[in-house]
Amino acid sequence: MTGAGARRKEVKKTVITSLLSRFAAAPHVVWSVLFIVVPLIFVAYYAFTDRNFAFTMENFSAFFTPKYMQILGRSVKLAVIATLVCLLIGYPAAYYIARANAKRQKILIMLIMLPMWMNFLIRTYAWMVILQDTGIFNSVIGAIGLGPLKLMYTEGAVVLGMVYDYLPYMIMPIYSVMVKLDPRLVEAAYDLGCNPAQVVRKVVIPQSIPGVVSGIMMVFVPSISTFYISQKLGGGNFYLIGDAIETQVYTANNLHMAAAISLVLMVILLAGMFVMNRFSDDSAGGGLIP
Amino acid sequence: MENGAEKIIKLEQIVKSFDGEMILKSVNLEIGDKEFVTLLGPSGCGKTTTLRIIGGFETPDSGTVYFDGKAVNDVPPYKRPVNTVFQKYALFPHLNVFENIAFGPKLHGEKGPELTKKVLEMLEIVNLKGFEKRSISTLSGGQQQRVAIARALINQPRVLLLDEPLGALDLKLRKDMQIELKNIQQRMGITFVYVTHDQEEALSMSDVVVVMDNGEIQQIGTPQDIYNEPVNAFVADFIGESNILDGQMLDDYYVSFSGKRFRCLDAGFEKNEPVDIVVRPEDVDVVSVERGMLTGVVSSVTFKGVHYEIIVDIGGFKWMIQTTDYVENGAEIGLYIEPDAIHVMKKSEFSGMFGDYSTFSEEMEHLSDVNETEEEA
Repeated sequence: MTGAGARRKEVKKTVITSLLSRFAAAPHVVWSVLFIVVPLIFVAYYAFTDRNFAFTMENFSAFFTPKYMQILGRSVKLAVIATLVCLLIGYPAAYYIARANAKRQKILIMLIMLPMWMNFLIRTYAWMVILQDTGIFNSVIGAIGLGPLKLMYTEGAVVLGMVYDYLPYMIMPIYSVMVKLDPRLVEAAYDLGCNPAQVVRKVVIPQSIPGVVSGIMMVFVPSISTFYISQKLGGGNFYLIGDAIETQVYTANNLHMAAAISLVLMVILLAGMFVMNRFSDDSAGGGLIP
Repeated sequence: MENGAEKIIKLEQIVKSFDGEMILKSVNLEIGDKEFVTLLGPSGCGKTTTLRIIGGFETPDSGTVYFDGKAVNDVPPYKRPVNTVFQKYALFPHLNVFENIAFGPKLHGEKGPELTKKVLEMLEIVNLKGFEKRSISTLSGGQQQRVAIARALINQPRVLLLDEPLGALDLKLRKDMQIELKNIQQRMGITFVYVTHDQEEALSMSDVVVVMDNGEIQQIGTPQDIYNEPVNAFVADFIGESNILDGQMLDDYYVSFSGKRFRCLDAGFEKNEPVDIVVRPEDVDVVSVERGMLTGVVSSVTFKGVHYEIIVDIGGFKWMIQTTDYVENGAEIGLYIEPDAIHVMKKSEFSGMFGDYSTFSEEMEHLSDVNETEEEA
């Protein structure tokens, strides 16, 4: 019977350890439930109810109309452009930083993070000052005889704002993957006959995919749901999905409609993340999103 | 060129330093075609840097690297007829075994069934038949090593550079791979430049051994030369076991050490020139006290399987002797040394740095205590 006794002891032990680990995780679980799960349930509840909290699909039927589809389409378009621009700038930047020596890397990363210490609103206002018809940029090119350019209140200005605000979120995950790239792999590629361009294409890029996927998601998600940048730099001409939600909350006072739009946006983003994750079976590790 | 073998690589007065620290001080080396050349030395001796300079991964501060008589200092690695097997393999984790091996040929535009055939042939040469679809992370160290060798060899390089390729393998696998590498080298007729700190590996595989220390080549020669005729105390100590003593060359063929006079085979020194004497532990015969040229007291006996390793105290100097006859610890014995067992070397910067085997004896602790107190003082 010693076998059974030992087994019982073992079972008891696992129960205790699992209880312990549960206690250890408790604060995290409580936090997650209170601040993530419960709000999500509220969002879903509001989305499927009307002002009297009776079940309705009206919020969704109101959303799937040409007016909102156009806003959604514009949001997706600008977010995609902003993400691509971030990738085009961020990838070489991350590569350059990761290749620099340790001291230089620290300084460059500091410089990348520095703007993020400033308030988001102030940064956006700063761009208004630069881009205005009478702003810094136009006075400079005016001084050399080129006419004032219309920069503010264009799609370009909105994209610029997004890129400026979210670029660090692209650089950081790519950098974190690149810095872990074994320099011997690069040497091996040179050794086997790669020229510098081929080294990047055949070794560096494939190895950095997890970072790129993280970066794309971390830029695309805030870009598609932003509302402030489009109002200030787009002057309200480029109403985005985030603006639509804000309007429903503050102007129309319709939390139910706002919840429905949020829910749709969330579903779209989750689908997008699912697709992106297929690209990077994270065996290499290093991406910021597990 | 003097010995007729065609020289494929020539290093001329190569100097290299990193962060102000001199790693290579004027290295001159010629490597013959189809030779197995080993760069041997302790860590930090500059052997890997020398290899990387040949591969093109480092540029010398001064000096010239020649391939087939042409200077290649400015030729990047991907344009040199050289491939490298890296320490820890450096296989591409995002590619499988087949794709790793096909990497080089694909860059040169090879593809289709011909490439497939070539890769499969290569896998057979390195004994990895049937592994082509495996991912790198599922391979053991020895298998990864074989893939790394196949990946380099498939490009049919003139020279294969190997940077401590067996360092991460266990002893048994190492021995097998040593034989396999030597076979591959002879079958394919490729020049191998091999870096290791393992003297046994160097002796058993190489045609030519280049012993390095302090960023300088100490000796170049066949394994037999290096072992039997070390040029200085460093080489004698680094390769195999050696008793290294202070001696004096009395005349041609006569030398004195340990207070006695011996016949030897060396000549051409000045009269009474101070020299270093090397006597290998296996070249000393244990005899009775009466017959002994030297006599001493056994201070330690260790059974090593093939032989006993005994430490003998002769006038305070601890000799290591390997003998198949059992002797008792504490016994007084005689030693007999044939003239050809005595090797005489000129004094060098290494003289006195390597000496006797006192660390094997019981007095070790006492001696090291003395040293410590001296250092503290």
